[in-house]
Amino acid sequence: MEEIQKSLLTKSKKARLEQIGKAISMLCIIFIVAVVAAIFYFVMSKGLATFFKDGVNVFDFLFGTDWAPGTVGDDGKPLVGALPMLVGSFLVTLLSAIVATPFAIGAAVFMTEISPNLGKKVLQPVIELLVGIPSVVYGFIGLTIVVPAVRNVFGGSGFGILAGTFVLFVMILPTVTSMTVDSLNAVPRHYREASLALGATRWQTTYKVVLRAAIPGILTAVVFGMARAFGEALAIQMVIGNAAILPENLTTPASTLTSILTMGIGNTIMGTLENNVLWSLALLLLLMSLFFNIIIRMIGKKGEFK
Amino acid sequence: MKKILQLALVLSGLLFLAGCKIDKGESITVVGSSAMQPLAEAAGNEFSSKNLGKFVNVQGGGSGTGLSQVQAGAVDIGNSDLFAEEKSGIDASALVSFKVAVVGITPIVNQEVGVKDISMDHLRAIFTGELTNWKEIGGKDLPIVIINRATGSGTRATFERWVMNGEKTKKAQEQDSTGMVRQIVSTTPGAISYLAFSYVTDEVQELSIDGIAPKDENVITNKWPIWSYEHMYTKGEPTGLTKEYIDFVLSDEMQNGMIPKLGYIPVTQMEVERDANGEIVQ
Repeated sequence: MEEIQKSLLTKSKKARLEQIGKAISMLCIIFIVAVVAAIFYFVMSKGLATFFKDGVNVFDFLFGTDWAPGTVGDDGKPLVGALPMLVGSFLVTLLSAIVATPFAIGAAVFMTEISPNLGKKVLQPVIELLVGIPSVVYGFIGLTIVVPAVRNVFGGSGFGILAGTFVLFVMILPTVTSMTVDSLNAVPRHYREASLALGATRWQTTYKVVLRAAIPGILTAVVFGMARAFGEALAIQMVIGNAAILPENLTTPASTLTSILTMGIGNTIMGTLENNVLWSLALLLLLMSLFFNIIIRMIGKKGEFK
Repeated sequence: MKKILQLALVLSGLLFLAGCKIDKGESITVVGSSAMQPLAEAAGNEFSSKNLGKFVNVQGGGSGTGLSQVQAGAVDIGNSDLFAEEKSGIDASALVSFKVAVVGITPIVNQEVGVKDISMDHLRAIFTGELTNWKEIGGKDLPIVIINRATGSGTRATFERWVMNGEKTKKAQEQDSTGMVRQIVSTTPGAISYLAFSYVTDEVQELSIDGIAPKDENVITNKWPIWSYEHMYTKGEPTGLTKEYIDFVLSDEMQNGMIPKLGYIPVTQMEVERDANGEIVQ
């Protein structure tokens, strides 16, 4: 009797193991959260120092068009207007997403609705291959092929938003395509069956049912692509020209947040305004990626198949 | 479960060990100017092969990184193209400078522009944006495309200091690295930029200024004014391995052998000396 009571009251070996496992996973989660918090704290403290320590006006920073940290303007304030980079970043991101989306949807429809066999055997691996190519390779191809092509066709020096758009288009295409494929595949089979049973043709089914049902997933895919385009640094830096001036058109040199950031960080001294203002750019990037994440979550929640 | 735990233990053990110094040798870290990186690396390898068990880790990162890291005490030597006095945020009095070499910088243009010699005034006018077409100074009818190095780069600072004479440069394309600049100038019609002598190849056309060719012998006498020292900075007087390494870089063997071979000018050959304000001192 007593033995039974004892064995019931003490923890079994398995229960103990389970607790250890739980503790380990909790520790891992706490660690990850701490790392994220630390990154946020670090970038924030550095990035906000521009405004609190060096006394730069936030609006001057966000909407100023003169970027020459280290020099002061006629009014005695440092020239740290980030608008040219913001415009550059948003333009290449939006344009590349606009160009990539139709291609991605077309490829995805082909792979899921028209020829699933060919899609799985040939296209899927090809697209996955594209993801694995390092961005410096894309940048180099952009520099040696896209830039001269843009120069010959559209004029200018070839460096600029347009060349950047073409390079980013190829870089985000695999991401957008494979996520669109996933979202099309997630449309329940009985939607298609019901549509076909009602007498709709295959094209009508694809266009009016499958694509409509997958819209939230496709939007998520596009936003993911945009997030990647926004954060891309190396390839875009090689083709955009990196001139911190507001672009007059798509073929004049421009710059992005990332390109100015990566070019400048090695040449500035920690703690100076030149350095802090680069961290402010980093903070903007961080906030933007947070923003993209929130959008993705919102779209995802709205579009769940229940 | 047990296996996973064992694996985790082994892994964490490895992490722990990696944090310790397992090798018995000594080592120092050298960080900074990418223009100096080949020199510092070659000297480091040579030094290690002569002194077994003593290692020199060399990293790039830019002159600013070199100066700030050595000031913070994070590395043993900071490499810089600039005098510490020229960089804001650096307390030059805490650092000790060793001038190990000199590097000349020359304007380069695309092969097609049809200009081989340029006056200093014209060169300045190009970079302020006054001249916009090569035909204005006797070249082909091609728009001028300026390619700058990144703001804060040592090469750019040197070029602007000796060419621009205090005038503001026009905002233009910027590129991060010397190699990229050369690549872009060689393929972009009408492009102009500047490079250290050691990086110039047949792909691009160097310009002589007012009839003076960008040659080492003209730098030595300061007839070619666009040059800078390559500095190694230490925090306080160097000791131990740091001192041995710097002495080695300054030794006759390095100065007369490897440094000219790598395309730098040995500091011992200079007939003039320049201070941080750009004044010639004898």
